[in-house]
Amino acid sequence: MKIIINGEAREVPAGTSVAAAVSGYTGRSGPAEAGLAAALNDEVVRRSQWEATTLKEADRLEVLTAVQGG
Amino acid sequence: MNGTDGAPGTAHGTGGAGSADGAADGPLVIAGEEVGSRLIMGTGGAPSMSVLRAALTASGTALTTVAMRRVDPSARGSVLDVLRECGIRVLPNTAGCFTAGEAVLTAKLAREALGTDWVKLEVIADEHTLLPDPIELVEAAEQLVDDGFTVLPYTNDDPVLARRLEQAGCAAVMPLGSPIGSGLGIRNPHNIELIVERAGVPVILDAGLGTASDAALAMELGCDAVLLATAVTRAQSPARMAAAMRHAVEAGRLARLAGRIPRRKYAQASSPWEGLSG
Repeated sequence: MKIIINGEAREVPAGTSVAAAVSGYTGRSGPAEAGLAAALNDEVVRRSQWEATTLKEADRLEVLTAVQGG
Repeated sequence: MNGTDGAPGTAHGTGGAGSADGAADGPLVIAGEEVGSRLIMGTGGAPSMSVLRAALTASGTALTTVAMRRVDPSARGSVLDVLRECGIRVLPNTAGCFTAGEAVLTAKLAREALGTDWVKLEVIADEHTLLPDPIELVEAAEQLVDDGFTVLPYTNDDPVLARRLEQAGCAAVMPLGSPIGSGLGIRNPHNIELIVERAGVPVILDAGLGTASDAALAMELGCDAVLLATAVTRAQSPARMAAAMRHAVEAGRLARLAGRIPRRKYAQASSPWEGLSG
């Protein structure tokens, strides 16, 4: 199925979790995910829910981190 | 706290500081937590992480802002690593948000990513001025306070808006001196004084400072702290300017506590008239 991660269309298997999508996109998993946050269709997904939250066709996933600013 | 005793031209005694000669100054306290420096830094504009690290170290800052953006999978090295190594507390901002809804979502993502409920709230009206949108700003502040955030809003130099933000439950108010990155200094010192006089929360001069005398003036006007980035990160020597800002904030603070002399129209001799020869 097709989803949008950070504005890019991506093909992922049906039933992909937020956790799998984040690690697939960033190449980071486990402790390396520190400093990341995810929003699914403009709603924050708590890290504790990343495994349990599965994606649907056309979902928009945003994965953010801190950068220089302000 | 600031502003409850505020006759113009008198020392505020912020944070329990005495104005008596030699009395130690108290620390900056925001939402009941001590912040170890009255110079709050931003990280935007530094040409490299090593330059940023040197500037932050020279500034002596204890609290420093970052922005939240889409993760770049190819990026190596993080501003968070620099802050961690320097032992500096991170203050996420909502820079780039134009609506209350965008700012609230960004703040929630920052809380999730960084494990802090402190947020520098920015809701701007347009890209040309980067001035705050007061309507959206107050709306976002109310929502975030309700959600348990410690909200530090970047605001216009408007005493009425500052009071509204305080009434909304913000932990500080952060009026601009002039537009972000402009280096124009404090364009309306009278308004900053009015904000300081009436505020019951810390006042942090945020944005527009260009050089050390601007930071000193902010503190002389009674601000509790200053927040700056561009003035340091885009200076020809960021670490040197950071040190200048550190000293300026300390000098301005001391001058405020010391209580400056009143301005006079005519000269007042400091040497005695008595005993002149002839």
